[in-house]
This record gives sequence, C-alpha cells and structure tokens, in this order.
Amino acid sequence: MKVWQKNAILLLLVVILAAAPLWLLPDAEFSGADGEAAELIEATVPGFEPWFEPVLEPASGEIESLLFALQAAVGSGVVCFILGRITARKSGQEG
Amino acid sequence: MKRSDAWIRRGAALCLALGLMTTGASAMHIAEGYLPRTWAFGWMAVCVPFVAAGFFSIRRKVGRYPKAKMLLAMCGAFAFVLSALKIPSVSGSCSRPTGVGLGAILFGPTATTVLGLIVLLFQALLLTHGGITTLGANVFSMAIVGPFVSWGVYVLLKKAGCRPALAVFCAAALGDLMTYVTTSVELGVVYGNIGSYLAIFAVTQIPLAIAEGLLTVVVYNVLEKYSKAELQELSVL
Repeated sequence: MKVWQKNAILLLLVVILAAAPLWLLPDAEFSGADGEAAELIEATVPGFEPWFEPVLEPASGEIESLLFALQAAVGSGVVCFILGRITARKSGQEG
Repeated sequence: MKRSDAWIRRGAALCLALGLMTTGASAMHIAEGYLPRTWAFGWMAVCVPFVAAGFFSIRRKVGRYPKAKMLLAMCGAFAFVLSALKIPSVSGSCSRPTGVGLGAILFGPTATTVLGLIVLLFQALLLTHGGITTLGANVFSMAIVGPFVSWGVYVLLKKAGCRPALAVFCAAALGDLMTYVTTSVELGVVYGNIGSYLAIFAVTQIPLAIAEGLLTVVVYNVLEKYSKAELQELSVL
C-alpha cells in the first residue's frame, strides 16, 4: 500500500472516531472536560474561590474561537510547509 | 545551489521561530487559581530540572544535526494544531489531544518538555486555558509525564521488535492518555475523589488518545518514507 493510501485510511478512522460520539449520544452537552473538573472542585470544596484570575481574557467566545482557529491554521500551515519541503526535496534529489 | 541552501536554512529558522512562538493552546489543563499555592509552586519546582535538561538537549541535538531544526519546528507545530482541536468524546464531553508524542519519539522527552512548556504558556496567557499558577502542574502532566511515557513506550516496543508504525501509535496514544491520568491524580491528591477526576478526564480521553495515535502515525509514515536519513540520525529508526 502506498503511503498516501495508508494515511487516507488513518485519517478516515480519526474522522469516524471524532464523529461517532455525536451519533451515539445525541443528547449529550459536549462541554469541556476541564470546565467539568472545575465544577467538581467547586462542588467538593464549599465556597471555593480560585486564588488567581487569568491575566488576559479573550473578550468573547467569538474572539476565543478566532484565536483557536488561528492556532490551528498556523500550526497546520507550518506542519504542511515542512512536510511539503521534505517530500519535494526527496523527489528533487532523485529525479 | 549554495544560495538555495541559505534560503532553506532561513526558512527552517523561521519555521522554528513560528513553531516555538505560536505553539499555543493545549489539552487538559487545570484552570487558573484552582490549585492551592503550595501545590502550585511545588509542581513548578518539580518541572525546573526537566525544562533545563530540555534546553540542553535541544541545543545538543540541533548542534549535532542542524537539519533536525526543521523537524523540531514541525513537532512544535504539530502539538500546536492538535491542542487547538476540541474533539467530542464518548463520555459526552469534549477534550483536546496533546500532540506531544511525536516530539518525544523524534527528539526525546526533555526536548519535548520545552515544546510543551511553550504551548502551555501561550495558552495560559492568551486563551485562559490552564493558567500561570497551574503552569507547573500542567507542564508536569502534559510536557513531562506524557512525553516520558511516549518515549519509554516507543523505545521498549522498538526493542521488542515491534513494527515502527505500531510502536509510534502506542507511544502517542498512551502518552496522551497518561497525561490526563496525571491531571486527574494532581487534582485528586488535593481535593480527594481521584476516581471522579479520572472519570472526567481519562475516560473522555480514551478515544482522543486513539485519534492522536493515528494522527501521529500519519506524520510518521510520511517522515519514514521521505526523511529516513534524519530519523536515523536522531536514532528513531
């Protein structure tokens, strides 16, 4: 099997893994696990107050998703750029 | 020819800078201010020697194999992408992969500690995920335990004669999972109920750990085919 075929199958599996919970659990909230942990702490320790507040907070949920999207875009840009160089270099040397 | 070499070097340096500077958000994370002071500073102290060892390790490796810079930047960027993705899980909540397994396999655990530290720092500062006070605990779980588990599993399986792709899968998946187990323990020793935190973090993480393992193999497959020389230099193969 060629590398791209193997990888296509692997990526398909990842998509299935990520999408399956949405099918299996139509009623779930899919909130963040870290938020749930914070709630549990607040529930176990009555009157719990975090002793330190975040220094900078994204102005809104929209801004936060912008930052996350930027993060993914920059990260995948760099990964793909380098993978592109690596693959091109090989065929350039041999061809 | 020489000129293009210079450009490649410049490009690699840029990637490294980008990869290091922007390596942002990440996965588990104990929220800002949620660990008592003693624990918060204790975890920071535990992390210091690992981070120091990591800087030396990176300097040594990049000095010995200048070409590895590009791969190091890619490992940082890989963690950057994966840690931005909140993925739904069978537990009905969402979590994020860590992306540190690839770095641990290619560059060893302490070098990856530095990458993870940068990821966590930016995320704590810009995205209010994790926090400055809980940085030590978060670095310990995601950038120390995770990479050490990944690296250990990879080395053991390779010695046992396992196929490299399978070893990479197990290493990345277990490193990811153990990161969250560590987070649960870090919270459990302070607040009790380790079990509940395990249920929140570790169970959610199981499918994500598998996904991270698969994605790490995707990148590894490409490197194995096109970058074999570098992998051998870094004694991955």
